[in-house]
Amino acid sequence: MHFSQRAYLGHMSRRAFLSGASALAFAAPLAAREYRGGIPWEPNAAVPPEPFDPSARFLTADERSFVTAAVDRLIPADDWGSASELGVVDFIDGQLAGAYGRGDIYYMEGPFEDGLPTQGYQAQAPALLYRQAIADIRQGLADADQPDFIELSPEDQDTLLMALSEGESDLEHTDGKTFFDTLWQNTLEGYFGDPVHGGNRDMEAWRMIGFPGARYDYRPWIDHGGKPLDFEPVSVGGRLVQ
Amino acid sequence: MTRIMPEREVVVVGFGWTGAIVAEQLTEEGMDVLALERGVWRDTSTDYAVNNAQDEVRYRYRDELFEDLSRETLTFRNESDQKALPMRMLGSFLPGTNVGGSGVHWNGQTWRFLPSDFQARSHNVERYGEDALPEDMTIQDWGVTYDELEPHYDRFEKLCGIAGKAGNLNGETQEGGNPFEGFRSSEYPNPPMDMVASPLKFADAARELGYNPFPGPSANMSRAYTNPLGVQLAPCTYCGFCEKYACGNYSKATATTTILPALMRRENFTLRTGAMVLRVEKDGQNTRATGVTYITDEGEEVFQPAQMVVLCCYITHNVNLLMQSGIGQIYDPETGEGNVGRNYAYQAMSGASVFYDDFAVNPYVGAGALGMAIDEFNGDNFDHTGLGFVGGGYIATWQTNGRPIESHPVPDGTPKFGAGWKKAVRDNYNHTIGVGAHGAVMSHRGNYFDLDPTYRDAYGRPLMRLTFDFKQNEIAMSRYLTEKVAGIANAMGGREVSVSNMKVPYDIAPYQTTHNTGGHIMGETPADSVTNKYNQSWELPNLFLMGAGNFPQNPGYNPTGTVAALAYHSMAAVRDQYLRNPGPMVQA
Repeated sequence: MHFSQRAYLGHMSRRAFLSGASALAFAAPLAAREYRGGIPWEPNAAVPPEPFDPSARFLTADERSFVTAAVDRLIPADDWGSASELGVVDFIDGQLAGAYGRGDIYYMEGPFEDGLPTQGYQAQAPALLYRQAIADIRQGLADADQPDFIELSPEDQDTLLMALSEGESDLEHTDGKTFFDTLWQNTLEGYFGDPVHGGNRDMEAWRMIGFPGARYDYRPWIDHGGKPLDFEPVSVGGRLVQ
Repeated sequence: MTRIMPEREVVVVGFGWTGAIVAEQLTEEGMDVLALERGVWRDTSTDYAVNNAQDEVRYRYRDELFEDLSRETLTFRNESDQKALPMRMLGSFLPGTNVGGSGVHWNGQTWRFLPSDFQARSHNVERYGEDALPEDMTIQDWGVTYDELEPHYDRFEKLCGIAGKAGNLNGETQEGGNPFEGFRSSEYPNPPMDMVASPLKFADAARELGYNPFPGPSANMSRAYTNPLGVQLAPCTYCGFCEKYACGNYSKATATTTILPALMRRENFTLRTGAMVLRVEKDGQNTRATGVTYITDEGEEVFQPAQMVVLCCYITHNVNLLMQSGIGQIYDPETGEGNVGRNYAYQAMSGASVFYDDFAVNPYVGAGALGMAIDEFNGDNFDHTGLGFVGGGYIATWQTNGRPIESHPVPDGTPKFGAGWKKAVRDNYNHTIGVGAHGAVMSHRGNYFDLDPTYRDAYGRPLMRLTFDFKQNEIAMSRYLTEKVAGIANAMGGREVSVSNMKVPYDIAPYQTTHNTGGHIMGETPADSVTNKYNQSWELPNLFLMGAGNFPQNPGYNPTGTVAALAYHSMAAVRDQYLRNPGPMVQA
């Protein structure tokens, strides 16, 4: 086995394990993963972040409209950009199209039950959670002769989101609070995460709060004494990402 | 068809902190050691490069350094009469995987336990009487004393280059250190880290209230350091990516940065990765372990015979391996019989936030163990008479990070989301100091591991089942500590203070701390424990278990210092006694 393949072995999913796909990709004699007599090292073996791929999409156009409207209520525009203006919808869509959305490293075996509030995430994989929840919410509005979510007033959108967050909205196929919590968490990730993943456009969210990003040496400023510091942020993808 | 490998002298299962310590100690003794790691090889310069490491989405929220639950997880419930459901995503705690284990992503807060912590039952009974301990509290003495562990704490601190200030040097109290700690045979190998402004504000307030603040003991380097194995560490750059991240700068002591550069060169050491151990095998008479069976990433089953087996996995996996292997009796809380899975404990976390108008915290100038602490309310450092609980915890301000997905504090009353929330984040991000209480959890009859009847892992084995909740002792203890936290927070000169009590019932979703303990506890007799004081299985004397699974209950400190000291203590006994006469080192 080539050492540069090793990153992928670490997160080989249950699916790959069970299907035997790994055996095709990584067939190797036992001794290949034996280390003896020194530190294994070879040049250029670092594993950089996977850059955002704008062509990786999971959401349908209607679902994207829903997510756009919802995340812009969670983080609306003011002097600083809204969630969607900073790329949060692109971030979420890209995440749902990949390993995260599929739940590759999560335990996704049944039986699925709702569980107690203390028992954590009990929904299907995140991509399916989004699909089921959005469909259920839209169907619920239609059944109540309400306008579609994206047509609701901002106040009504907030009321609906708040009800989901409080666990007061029963959805037919999945858990409303789990959906809200997941959407909120993903929104924070897209808004405040490194722009290399598709959100936080131009590092605007970092500028808004004064977070300098992927800097790694603050020794000259340890003794700041409570005075604000002012750094230009940087990304793990470099200063000019996006 | 199982492949059978040639026998080795020692097989180590799991290659994190304790696996590396065990392998280093036994190869130094000339033993032939094979380590089996389920994950992959990882090293600092390639895998944790400084221009990749500071990525919150990738590491914290996509779990790059954490274990893959699709392969195995556990099920969870608060009480025995509930139905346990699988932990489908990581939340409350974050066990690691790959070479280096969970120690790769620790903060580096490196404490010693108090001498009285090791006599949790006898000490409390002697001071407060039998009635002070509730009937369902199953705490017990460790079978090992602080004095026995002291040289091994010292050895680990020198291996890591821990930065700190002694408070008790050979019985003499030292200005500026923790006056409550057990004796130290020598000063810390490195001076305390340089403090940023927030911990100094905490220390000023604590001092005004009559407490004795001291610098938190830190495995983040306060200066360049060469350890006794000849391995060099670099000064910490205060980048604020420690806990949940790997250090790309060789500035945080981990197995990877302190032991592996020396160990990997030894010809009598072999590491095999991609080897997921499924069970420990034993002979037909149930007198000794004969080796381990593992499965490779390609799905091949392999039997690895060994003369001595050392389990060095995260505690959940050590306990699970005992259960899957039929070693010992699984604990039954109804009858109190069986010791495997008994006395699971955790940590009682609470805190307060102090909000300022002008004072700039600059939270990103931080390090995992950069902080000031007080120990007045830990262990039995204060009189518990009439308080209705035993145990305690330290109180500290650590300035560990400003990572904004995880850390964007807002005052009480802030809207959950929307424009008001956004403004509050903007106003408070650079102006909030956290004060935390890090509390003990005593063991109780209702908190334990056993096997789940419904759910299975990717290898077809039943999942382990965790039943846990905070009991009255911990609730009262944590409330008491949190009042002390609030007292200090209110003295820190902010605009307002928000207090966060420990959340009850215990919820497995929000991150609290990766300090799970118990399940294969140590003790004085086989009747009340899985291992003797040397981490040696009572049942199979050539089987050893390392890690916080040995803790009979969890004191109010971070566990790694004690986990490592126990491993060194065990290995010293193996080298001095066991190898000459490989049998039980404590007669039952």
